[in-house]
Amino acid sequence: MFRIALLMLFRDKAKYAMLISGLTFCSLLMSQQAGVFCGIMMWTTATLRNISSPVWVVDAKVQQVNEVISLRDIDVQRVRSLPGVAWAVPLFWGIVQARLPDGSFQAVQLTGLDSSSFTGRPAVMLQGRIEDLRLPNSVIVDQVAVEKLQQKGIDAHIGTTFEINDEEARIVGICHTERSFLGQPYVYTTYERALQYMPAQRKLLAYVLAEPKPGVSPQEVVEQVNALPGLRAFDHKTFFRETMIWYIKNTGIPVSFGTVVLMGIVVGIAIAGQTFYLFVHDNLRYLAALKAMGAGTTKLVGMVMLQAFSTGFIGYGLGLGLAAIFGNAVLRNGTPPFYMPWQVPVFVGVVIALICCFSAAIGVAKVARLEAAVVFK
Amino acid sequence: MSAPEPAVICRDVVKTYGKGEMAVRALKGVSLEATFGELLMIVGPSGCGKTTLLSVMCGTLRADSGTIDLFGKTISSMPERELTAFRARNVGFIFQQFNLVPTLTARENVSIPRLLTGTPYARAQEDAGAMLAQVGLGGREESFPSQMSGGQQQRVAISRAMVHQPRLVICDEPTASLDAAAGQRAMELLRESARHPDRCVIVVTHDSRIFHYADRIVEMDDGLVTTSQNASDYLRDHPHPQPKSHA
Repeated sequence: MFRIALLMLFRDKAKYAMLISGLTFCSLLMSQQAGVFCGIMMWTTATLRNISSPVWVVDAKVQQVNEVISLRDIDVQRVRSLPGVAWAVPLFWGIVQARLPDGSFQAVQLTGLDSSSFTGRPAVMLQGRIEDLRLPNSVIVDQVAVEKLQQKGIDAHIGTTFEINDEEARIVGICHTERSFLGQPYVYTTYERALQYMPAQRKLLAYVLAEPKPGVSPQEVVEQVNALPGLRAFDHKTFFRETMIWYIKNTGIPVSFGTVVLMGIVVGIAIAGQTFYLFVHDNLRYLAALKAMGAGTTKLVGMVMLQAFSTGFIGYGLGLGLAAIFGNAVLRNGTPPFYMPWQVPVFVGVVIALICCFSAAIGVAKVARLEAAVVFK
Repeated sequence: MSAPEPAVICRDVVKTYGKGEMAVRALKGVSLEATFGELLMIVGPSGCGKTTLLSVMCGTLRADSGTIDLFGKTISSMPERELTAFRARNVGFIFQQFNLVPTLTARENVSIPRLLTGTPYARAQEDAGAMLAQVGLGGREESFPSQMSGGQQQRVAISRAMVHQPRLVICDEPTASLDAAAGQRAMELLRESARHPDRCVIVVTHDSRIFHYADRIVEMDDGLVTTSQNASDYLRDHPHPQPKSHA
């Protein structure tokens, strides 16, 4: 009888198409918007994914990674002096204007690495070697910089030069980085050269990156740093989480995306619920005939549930597939951000299942109350 | 020769719709028997309780009082789940509006009673095809109800009622939606079916053109059985104009 139930559903083409399109739209809207939201959240933590360090030391007032309040150079020594710290290195991190070969300007994310250890180096080098940063006026740029230069008709490769604050910067390598929230290209150089590129300021140290001694946990180092006046430390995971929480609390991003997701749910409920109600209502006479012929209420309810959930399953799959196609397309383009962790399909699946439950409940209520004798009226 | 075995026995069946001042007593103590191998017609004016009696008799409606025995089993006190399964095995239905599921083919519609009794899908489809061939619809198995004439749809409905070899076939106004010729063909099929010694066919109708197909006619009025006669006696005592095609 379950096969008969599916045939009844699939062959009612108009209502079936309406149900599928409603649920597909709902699933697409939720998964696509959640994917973009997660993508934005990932952008906000790009620095943490591009620069790897177990412990980050920042100014005591800093709440998230993209907020830079410069430290004093002596703070590196203060961190190094802590008993749990194996080593600590300075990291410059700031936005500067680069003057391109065609004379135009481009804001770049300048990252100055410790020249002896290159701690915080890009994880993936596409061309060149990180050690070449020790050459005079050398920088390593990311794939975003290459794309931006190409958009301006400049063929960026090893050897291409541009200027930062009237100082020459020569590309000695191209790396891959995670795109940042502001979308500026990453330019890596040594810490000392980064200070040369920057206009003179009293304090220019953005972060101190530290490694705990063997047998000491990052959390213990964090506690030791937090005991120092004017400094605050985060282990990598906490800094990641705190950054995301900061954006969720202090920006309208979650609200605006949440509103669209909510709209998806409402539209899904409205279309799927109403259409399924009509579907059951239109078939009520035949369901009553089946009941008269000996189909029990449990069987009829099972048939209605199967119809609702099979529609939901197909709509869910189609919506998720379309969201994946969207994601694939935008990832090639680079914008808007898109990231779909496993929690998104699970969340969308649960919501679609709830919508199906709601739709089925409407039908089930009608079927449960159905008198077989109505078929003779 | 022994008397035919009763298939259906109704005793003092009472059914009231609504409550208080709005209450309508549809059946006021109906007693009736139908035997195997018999085509029994229940006739009477609209609102006399024919359809209510039919519904109570097949267990789709519970009587307020009285007992209904089908093939020796008292269905009036049977639990709902058991009654539903009993109906699936033993009762075939033909409705006035056919009630064929419009999105299913003739074969799929006919296979439903077999599926309800647990027959595997492929076997049920096979049986449905054979049944359709028996009623002259071979070759139309894959047609949808909307692609068939009223007469053909009724033959599909008859096939659906017979495919699982029920012992009781319940027909509610089987010719009401048909022209005279199609009605006659439908009644011939039912008449043929009722000749089975282990089957009883009960037809509710007020179409006097088909009265002569009955073995016995029970007339109802105002919730009571007023007459129960064999068809020839009834037609003699109650002459009705017979259309030429049914003569």
